[in-house]
Amino acid sequence: MIERWLARKEVCICAGAGGVGKTTTAAAIALGMAARGKKVAVLTIDPARRLANSLGLPELGNEERLVDAGVDGELWAMMLDAKRTFDELVERQAPDAATRDAILANPIYRELSNAVAGSQEYMAMEKLHELHQEGHYDLLVLDTPPTRNALDFLDAPKKLAAFIDSRSLQFFTAPGALGLRVVGRGSGLVFSAMKRATGIDLLEDLSTFFRSFGEMTAGFRERAEHVNGLLADSRTAFVLVTSPRHDAIEAASFFHRRLLDAGLPFAGVVANRVHVVEEAAGNVAAELEPLVGAELARTVAEAYADERSAAEGDRLNLDQLRRRLGRKPMIEVPHLDDDVHDLPGLRRMDEYLFGG
Amino acid sequence: MPSLLDKRLVLVTGKGGVGKTTVAAALGLAAARRGKRAIVCEVARETRLASLLDLPDEGYDEHEAEPGLYGMSVDPERAKREWLQHQLKSGTLAGLLGHSRLFGYLTAAAPGLDELVTIGKVWDLAQIERRTGVRRYDLVILDAPATGHGLALFTAPRTYARVATAGPIRRQALRIHGFLTDRRSTGVLGVALPEEMPVNETLDLERALHDELELGFDAVVVNALLPDRLTRKQEKLLESLDTDLGPAARAAVRTALSEDRRARVQRTELRRLRRSLEGSVMTLPYVFEPEIGREQLDALAERVGGLL
Repeated sequence: MIERWLARKEVCICAGAGGVGKTTTAAAIALGMAARGKKVAVLTIDPARRLANSLGLPELGNEERLVDAGVDGELWAMMLDAKRTFDELVERQAPDAATRDAILANPIYRELSNAVAGSQEYMAMEKLHELHQEGHYDLLVLDTPPTRNALDFLDAPKKLAAFIDSRSLQFFTAPGALGLRVVGRGSGLVFSAMKRATGIDLLEDLSTFFRSFGEMTAGFRERAEHVNGLLADSRTAFVLVTSPRHDAIEAASFFHRRLLDAGLPFAGVVANRVHVVEEAAGNVAAELEPLVGAELARTVAEAYADERSAAEGDRLNLDQLRRRLGRKPMIEVPHLDDDVHDLPGLRRMDEYLFGG
Repeated sequence: MPSLLDKRLVLVTGKGGVGKTTVAAALGLAAARRGKRAIVCEVARETRLASLLDLPDEGYDEHEAEPGLYGMSVDPERAKREWLQHQLKSGTLAGLLGHSRLFGYLTAAAPGLDELVTIGKVWDLAQIERRTGVRRYDLVILDAPATGHGLALFTAPRTYARVATAGPIRRQALRIHGFLTDRRSTGVLGVALPEEMPVNETLDLERALHDELELGFDAVVVNALLPDRLTRKQEKLLESLDTDLGPAARAAVRTALSEDRRARVQRTELRRLRRSLEGSVMTLPYVFEPEIGREQLDALAERVGGLL
């Protein structure tokens, strides 16, 4: 099924709430497409090294590495390092060595490029764009960061463009602008209020930071536009990953609406960890009792009742989502008995993702 | 060390989808039942807490969900305005800045400012002498965003204290940072699932909390633990039955065995977490009902209260 979703696609973005198996799904899709002869790169933000290990790699870095997966195509994997990507971007975009060094050494940049929530989202998009431009792969699969509402990353390029583009930068970069005025006599009520609110040194540092960043305005704006263009391109497919738990379904419905509103190419939903229980009529405890004794018979009957209840809940939740999806397809992957965190596990998922 | 319920602020944190909101709400209920006035805060308009505690959707105000238990959603924009007003001690000046386009651009662009004012608001809720309200709470519980974002929230004051080398932002940031890293006032409750990735992420988070803030988990709650129903012997017995059974019994036995295999993987992960973690580890049972309603939340609160 997934193969049809990804026909003529060059980018597959796996999105969804945290804890629904997004990283695993992205890896399974990438492995499956590589097994079908494609040259695929999977970009993950999963910080747990186990996935890297299970792909046969000691660890993943900010560069793609070839996975020895025994497939017809090629499977490459990388883990995004937001700080490193941001640095590389500055290195590329800076008009000259002096500006580059000034930014990389700026204390505000150093603290904030690392610590700020949101930079990871933007950098994921940035790396995706870069790899797509280079054109070495048939397909790029992106495992998006577990953002608060699973959607922050959609706004990330726009936000950065707005930041770079904002007139606040021009205030700092125009000759005789705020930076100087604050240092000077601090003209105007606004500035004096600002000084009281923030402290003068912070304003000065910000001013320096913005001024050097302002040198790169044009380059950043252009890139952010390209990234936005790539997201909306018909060669891109958004795959929504969810679990059947109530809150994940709510998040998925919300996300689906946002994708449609934004006119982004939505392919379908992968629902992981679905409780699937064989249904059969009969009195379980009564039938088992002569074979295993009353106590064990009761235990088995309880387990069966509990699991059926969970399966029924999953069914209701998934039906609710399916109604909202209209004609868009949904793939269900059952709750596998082991955690999926190695190549055999990923191959077990393959049958559900690519079958049917 | 004082119990988590005796601290002023508890940060509830962990990977996405592990049940942080449920645990935070259960902890709030447990505190309220012991006669404390508690408030559970979430950030950035999530609706989970509102539906669990029956809060109004636009829950930016401190809202009493039931006697002794309050809930609110912290809105960075509002927190920013409140902070300005306090800092400038003048509504007029704050209004002036609030309407200044330059200031608007600046604060929208200044990276990490939302995190700073958000954690600042939470800090204020936990103070005895408050700035942004009059109600005094015995316990503030923060349902923090998932790991990476949560950490960015906790480290924001220190980040700003480093960036601003003098001035009111620095003073303020240092006070908040001091409160967050004082184990007498602030506790950290990790939430995890007994699975490979969440356990790894919990261990990574413990390391990061220590390295970044010299903090550790006071306790970790492992959520959704399947019941340990079958002994090895019973399992063997059931495996040997399969062929002689009618359809219902066969389905039931297969289902019980499948659940048992998942339960065993869970217990392996739980043991690994216990071995590697310094704080205490406690467990909450798997909820088989499709949705966590009031009844399930009450049961969880009772258990959380008993464990802490």
